[in-house]
Amino acid sequence: MNNPVQPLETLHDIKRMMERSSRFISLSGWSGIAAGVCALAGAYAAHQRIIYFNQSQEGKVGGAIAELRYDLILIAFLTFAAAFVLASFFTFIRSKKDGVAIWGAAARRLMWNTFLPLAAGGFLIWHLIEISGYGLVAPSCLIFYGLALVNGSKYTMGEVRWLGYGEIILGIINLWNPGRGIFFWTLGFGVLHIIYGFAMWWKYERTSNGNGETMSVKS
Amino acid sequence: MKNPIEQLNKVFDSRIRLGIMSALIMNNRTNFNELKELIQVTDGNLASHMKTLEEAGYIQVEKGFIGRKTNTTYAITSAGKKAFKSHLDALEKMIRSID
Repeated sequence: MNNPVQPLETLHDIKRMMERSSRFISLSGWSGIAAGVCALAGAYAAHQRIIYFNQSQEGKVGGAIAELRYDLILIAFLTFAAAFVLASFFTFIRSKKDGVAIWGAAARRLMWNTFLPLAAGGFLIWHLIEISGYGLVAPSCLIFYGLALVNGSKYTMGEVRWLGYGEIILGIINLWNPGRGIFFWTLGFGVLHIIYGFAMWWKYERTSNGNGETMSVKS
Repeated sequence: MKNPIEQLNKVFDSRIRLGIMSALIMNNRTNFNELKELIQVTDGNLASHMKTLEEAGYIQVEKGFIGRKTNTTYAITSAGKKAFKSHLDALEKMIRSID
């Protein structure tokens, strides 16, 4: 203990260990990019479906709105499923590379803290669809998703917070532009995810060893 | 003034034990496998360090089962928290004394 740098190094180790054990740090930038691409594809499909609906409405009166609603919910569900699977896949790859368990206490905390605002938002959106408040669906998605991200950012990389702020701001702007849900949806879930994913990849994964540093263990 | 080196806790000389304490102070209860992955040591190595910490009264061990598999979980005791904190304080003092 006569080396003066050692206590500093020890404190550094402790800090790193605390970070490692309390935050889920394997979230890959590729997950963000993949989710964003899925969202873009989903938004495109929804947009096409709405155009088709508007065209077919010119010939006949009424009727097909229930069908449109069903299809849009289906598209949203498929988009979410694809984004979720791909995002999990890239995160799984990264956690393997870093040698961190994917399902530890940190991951559980992250899941619970993002799931809670999402679930609350889900109920609100469900009811909005029931009462035909369609103009509020996209802003609610964005706002609750943003809140979930800000809440979850305490348990994963802190940068997620900025993505959350972006989603909340878009959602709020969307409140006063109710007819442009798909545009804001595309911007929030597509473009923002891709920008975020790319930034994270640039910051942490560009170099092959990333931040998967481990405590050098010697005793 | 007392030499701060004397205030360093001998139990925390090992970096592995320091790592275990850092992980446990952030988590209420952690099981053996999670700790092993976090600290990246072998089973035997981790077990012997856990034993030392348990004997010092810094951690509390609970043996349970998930189905048929044993599930040993660890939690930091209040004595452990106190010891870890004063060790950190001693380290801080050492760093301050450098300038």
